[in-house]
Amino acid sequence: MNTFDLSDNPVRELNQHLHGAVTGKVVVSNAGGKHSVAVGATGAHEVEINGNVGYYCAGMNCDANIQVNGHAGPGLAENMMSGRVHVSGNASQYCAATAHGGLVVIDGDASSRCGISMKGVDIVVKGSVGHMSAFMAQKGHLVVCGDAGEALGDSIYEAQLYVGGKVESLGADCEEKEMRAEHKETLQSLLDAAGINDMTVDDFKRYGSARKLYHFNIDNASSY
Amino acid sequence: MVDKSWLKESATFSRPVIREIQRAAETGIYDIRGFGAKRQIPHFDDLVFLGASMSRYPLEGYRETCGTNVTLGDRFAKKPIHLDIPITIAGMSFGALSAQAKEALGRGASQMGTSTTTGDGGMTPEERGQSKYLVYQYLPSRYGMNPEDLRKADAIEVVVGQGAKPGGGGMLLGQKISPRVAGMRDLPEGIDQRSACRHPDWTGPDDLEIKIAELREITDWEKPIFIKVGAARTFYDVTLAVKAGADVVVVDGMQGGTAATQDVFIEHVGIPTLPAVRAAVNALKELDMHRKVQLIVSGGIRSGADVAKALAMGADAVSIGTAALIALGDNNDTHEAEYNKLGTSAGYYDDYQDGRDPAGICTQDPELSARLDPVAAGRRLANYLSVLTLETQTLARACGKSHVHNLEPEDLAALTIEAAAMAGVPLAGTEWIPGKF
Repeated sequence: MNTFDLSDNPVRELNQHLHGAVTGKVVVSNAGGKHSVAVGATGAHEVEINGNVGYYCAGMNCDANIQVNGHAGPGLAENMMSGRVHVSGNASQYCAATAHGGLVVIDGDASSRCGISMKGVDIVVKGSVGHMSAFMAQKGHLVVCGDAGEALGDSIYEAQLYVGGKVESLGADCEEKEMRAEHKETLQSLLDAAGINDMTVDDFKRYGSARKLYHFNIDNASSY
Repeated sequence: MVDKSWLKESATFSRPVIREIQRAAETGIYDIRGFGAKRQIPHFDDLVFLGASMSRYPLEGYRETCGTNVTLGDRFAKKPIHLDIPITIAGMSFGALSAQAKEALGRGASQMGTSTTTGDGGMTPEERGQSKYLVYQYLPSRYGMNPEDLRKADAIEVVVGQGAKPGGGGMLLGQKISPRVAGMRDLPEGIDQRSACRHPDWTGPDDLEIKIAELREITDWEKPIFIKVGAARTFYDVTLAVKAGADVVVVDGMQGGTAATQDVFIEHVGIPTLPAVRAAVNALKELDMHRKVQLIVSGGIRSGADVAKALAMGADAVSIGTAALIALGDNNDTHEAEYNKLGTSAGYYDDYQDGRDPAGICTQDPELSARLDPVAAGRRLANYLSVLTLETQTLARACGKSHVHNLEPEDLAALTIEAAAMAGVPLAGTEWIPGKF
């Protein structure tokens, strides 16, 4: 096991280790709100971070399993490719922005623009998400057990959104969709992966693209 | 037959203006096109070199060397890039351009020891394979962005804006979203693809500083990091880019090209390259960072004269986009019949957005793209870059400089009051720089 106390070691040493070939358990203490903690990890590292993290924790993660015991600042797991990121507290804005793959689980709330431009990642938020979440979301799934703020899924492409609570408003070109068997199956697997057993798929509504903005049409100009 | 020679055309409502009003009335949509600003604006043409004479002596053209190399990114990066010539290829995407065109750009640039740049849509193997030095753009859309390609790049360019549309996003129309382009961008095939105008995970220069630190961490502090801005509030933008931690700042003037933007945006937003160079150099000098953070200037660079003038004003290198496409074969007379079918003519073609480029450059149509031979087109680009370099050296030698970077504002005079004011060099024959006391 490798340990990094960020009150003594620079973040650089931790990240350099996570870019190396040797994988295994890594414990990070005194994260202290530092930025770029555990970014660009390559390989199946098991990373435990104790304390709150600043911007871009787990950014561009490939394959690592990163557990944050604390809150996360903006841009958690941005552009993640694969692996898993789990935050025990809340996550700030742009959580999992543009992420291509893997799973992000937030036990608390996520802020605005959660899943912005997501490109294939799965995100499960046990609490609520802020405004403009899943803006221009391309691929992947966003599951929100609580409520969603205004303009959910604005200008959405093919990402699938599941919300358990109320949605303040839907963004341009986002609409409620029928929840068919295959969607329930997908949702159930995401709830299982996030360890959620106090809600069922029937507690959720599904949202996705109305696909009316896929080809520029002047009669839709007010929606752009 | 009406004799039109005596008809009086309105300067305000010229024939193109009348045609545009008619087009707008017919379609109800603004004009989207490629290319850059087409109207007359103050440019490097309004400057001349003074040349050596009694008080300076020139270098012998065929015997005395005149260096052209440039190092980019030695402020923080462990691996700065060393180019043989101070002329790079600007960012243009696979998607906007065919794979053959991207390969040709890589081939031409590599033959001349300079860099090429990806665009919105990610890095293709053709491009990486053929580019000795490849700059990987980090754009708001993050289409195709991944850490593996980031580490394969020789430098990273964070794109905040571009000269054709400072403050604007992008639109790649469905005609150009082929299965391969769609796959690279994680989007359905054939739909209009919008690119955001702001980055999804940072706002403002303080955030950008943290973002750049993240990119450095991911790439182990090896890669030079460029920040590209469209020319607008250039003094402040360059100051903030330096503050945010850039190794290199790229300033793209309003003549800079685009693959698809509203005509109104191209022609009416941003400032010309000429004043932008001066504002950028002023910012770097005020911070005591001139030559420490390198400045690349783009937007309307066509000849060695433009290159030399940009360098004399204080740029470290220039970048070319439109001119590079023309060198590959864009707007060539050989396609005149097909340009005519599209309602245009060689020399005027700017519909890069619609995917029917007869030259096979701005298209994803397999038949059209197959027309461009990447090897031959790459050679044409190398030839052109070579001419630009020779011309730049010719002018530098005439001013007595043994390296193109030794050119300085003192070597220049302006032909118009506007250019004198914008470039900050004296009006020819005087010592007057308007606005400077």
